[in-house]
Amino acid sequence: MLAIKLAYRNLIGAGLRTWLNVFVLSFVYVLIIWHYGIIDGWNYQARKDMQAWEVGNGEYWHQNYDPYDFFTLEESHAQIPETFKKAMAEGTITPVLITQGSVYPEGRIQSMILRGIEPGQKVLALPTEEMNVESEEIPVIIGRRMAKNCKLKEGDITTIRWRDVNGTFDATEVKIVKVFNCNVPNVDAGQMWIPIKKLQEMMQSPDEATIFIFGENFEINENVPGWEYKSQDSLMTEMDEIIKMKKVGGSFLYLVLILLAMLAIFDTQVLSIFRRQKEIGTYIAMGMTRKQVVSLFTVEGAMHAILAIIVGAIYGVPFLLWQIKTGFSMPAGTDDMGLSIAEKIFPVYGAGLIAGTILLVLIITTIVSYMPARKISKMNPTDAIKGKIQ
Amino acid sequence: MENNKIIRLEGVKKYFPIGGGKFTALNGITLTFGEGEFTGFVGPSGSGKTTLLNIIGSLDTPSEGKALVLNRDIGALSAIKAAILRREHLGFIFQTYNLLPVYTVFENVEFPLLLFNMSSTDRKKAVLDALKWVGLLDKIKSRPAQLSGGECQRVAIARAMVKKPKIVLADEPTANLDSENSHHILHTMENLNKDLKTTFIFATHDDKVIRYLKRKILLKDGKVTADEIITK
Repeated sequence: MLAIKLAYRNLIGAGLRTWLNVFVLSFVYVLIIWHYGIIDGWNYQARKDMQAWEVGNGEYWHQNYDPYDFFTLEESHAQIPETFKKAMAEGTITPVLITQGSVYPEGRIQSMILRGIEPGQKVLALPTEEMNVESEEIPVIIGRRMAKNCKLKEGDITTIRWRDVNGTFDATEVKIVKVFNCNVPNVDAGQMWIPIKKLQEMMQSPDEATIFIFGENFEINENVPGWEYKSQDSLMTEMDEIIKMKKVGGSFLYLVLILLAMLAIFDTQVLSIFRRQKEIGTYIAMGMTRKQVVSLFTVEGAMHAILAIIVGAIYGVPFLLWQIKTGFSMPAGTDDMGLSIAEKIFPVYGAGLIAGTILLVLIITTIVSYMPARKISKMNPTDAIKGKIQ
Repeated sequence: MENNKIIRLEGVKKYFPIGGGKFTALNGITLTFGEGEFTGFVGPSGSGKTTLLNIIGSLDTPSEGKALVLNRDIGALSAIKAAILRREHLGFIFQTYNLLPVYTVFENVEFPLLLFNMSSTDRKKAVLDALKWVGLLDKIKSRPAQLSGGECQRVAIARAMVKKPKIVLADEPTANLDSENSHHILHTMENLNKDLKTTFIFATHDDKVIRYLKRKILLKDGKVTADEIITK
C-alpha cells in the first residue's frame, strides 16, 4: 500500500516525464487492440462472406475433384445422386458444374472457369436470378474483378469456348447480364457463372454436377457414394491459415511497439538509478528497507501501465467505437491479392483481446521496471545519499 | 552501559579499500553520548566525521570495534533491523538537504511518518507541528525548487524531527547556507534540543555551528584529538 501511495506521488510529481511515458504506453494499448480488432473483424467478415458467397454451410465434391488441378475437371463430374434430388427441390442444396473454358473479350483470349449453377438457387448470395432472362445469347454473370480483367461490362456480348465430354471444342456467344460486387475472389476472379442446364447441354453432361453446395436446413449425410463431404470449417481452413499468418505478422509489429514502449520505461527506470540516487539514499536513511525501495520503483514502473490504461481509455474508447461504426477502408488493390477482403473492415474487439493486451503490457512493464530496481537494491546507502555514481 | 548513555563507541575502526591497500578512515574511536546532548565532530575534510556519523546512523558498519546505538550493536544488525532503527529512532539532516524534489514541503515532512502505521489525522497534526517549529507553515504547498537554501534546510530539520527521534545526525547542515540562515536553523535545533531532549550530533568544520555546540569532539586522521565540554 505504501509503495502504491509513494509511487503515485512520485509519478504525478514527475509531471511531463511521466505523461510522455504514459502516452507512449497508451498508444501501444490502443494500437494493438485496434490492429487485432481489424484482423478479427476481417476474419469474421471473411468467414461470413465466404459462407454467403462460396461455401454455404458445406459442400460435397465429386471424388475426383481437385480445385488446385484443373486437369481433374474433365473427370470430376457425375450424375446428380438421388439422395440430393429432394433437397434440391426444397432449395437447401444446389449443384455446380465446373469446367475450364476461354473467353474472347474484344478478340483477346483469356482462360477462365465456367461454373454452371441453378439460376433460382437460394444457397449462395450470388445474383443468379439475373440469369432468368430471355436472350438470344446465353445469359451469364461475372464478378467485378473478372469484369475488370476482361474489360467487360453489363450488356456486353462475348464469345466463350469450352470442351465437351468428348474433348470436342465448341464456342458460343454469351451476354453479361450482371456484374456483381463480392469480396470473395474465388467466385469472382477468372470465374463465369452460367445456368447449369446450359452448361450441361454444352458439355453434353446432362444432369451432372462437380460439386454441391448446401445451405441451412440441409440434413447432412457424410456418406454419399462417389461424393466427398466437406465441412464448412475444412473449406475455410485456407482462409483461417491466412488470417493466422496475418496475426503472426501483426505480432511482430506489436513486439516492436511493445519494445519501444518498454525501452521508454526501462530508460526512465535506469536513468532513475543515476538521477535519483540521492533520493534513494534518503529513502534508506529515513528507514525504508531495500525491499521497500525495490517495490517502490517496480510499482512506479507498473503504474505507468495502469495510468496508460486510463489515458488510453480516454481517447482510445471513442476512437475504437468510431472505428466499429465507420470501419477501416482497406487500401486500393488489397482485394486483388486473392484474399477475401472487404473494402471496409469493421473491427471486432473481444473482451479477451482487451484484457489480454492490458495484462501483457502490464506484466512486461512490471518486469522491465523490476530489473533496474534490483540494481538499486545493491546500492551503498552512504554513496547514494551523496549522489555518487556507482 | 550507563543508563543515560544512548551511544557507545568502543575502539571503532573503519577501513576503505583503496587500490590494492586500505585507507583507515577511523582509527580506534572510543566515545559515549548521553541523552539530550548537542555535540559536534569537528575536524578538517577527511578526518572521519561523516564516516563516524554514518556508523552511528547505521548506514555503515565498523570494520573493527563496537558501535552500540540505543543498545543495538550496529555491526551485528541485519539490514532490516538497521532500517527499523533508523525509521524509529534516528533523524538525518544532510548538507544538501536531500529533499524529495517532486514532493511538496508538507509531503516531504510527512514522508517519515508514512513508514509508520499512523492515521492521516495524527500525521497531519505531527507535520504541522514540525513545520511550526521551523516556521514554515506558510510554505506547506511549495516544492523544494521554490524555496531558498535556508528554507530547504528548515524543511529537512522538520522532516528529521517530525517523528520525534531520540537522535538527530546532522552532516554539515550549514555548509550551503549564509550566516543569517545558519544561525536561524542552529537556533531552531537548539530549541528543539531543549524542548524535546533530542540528542543532536553534528559533523562540521563551520565556526557558526561550533559556537552553538555544548560538546566539541575534535577529529584528526580518524582519531579523537580532543573532547571538550563547553560551558557558556
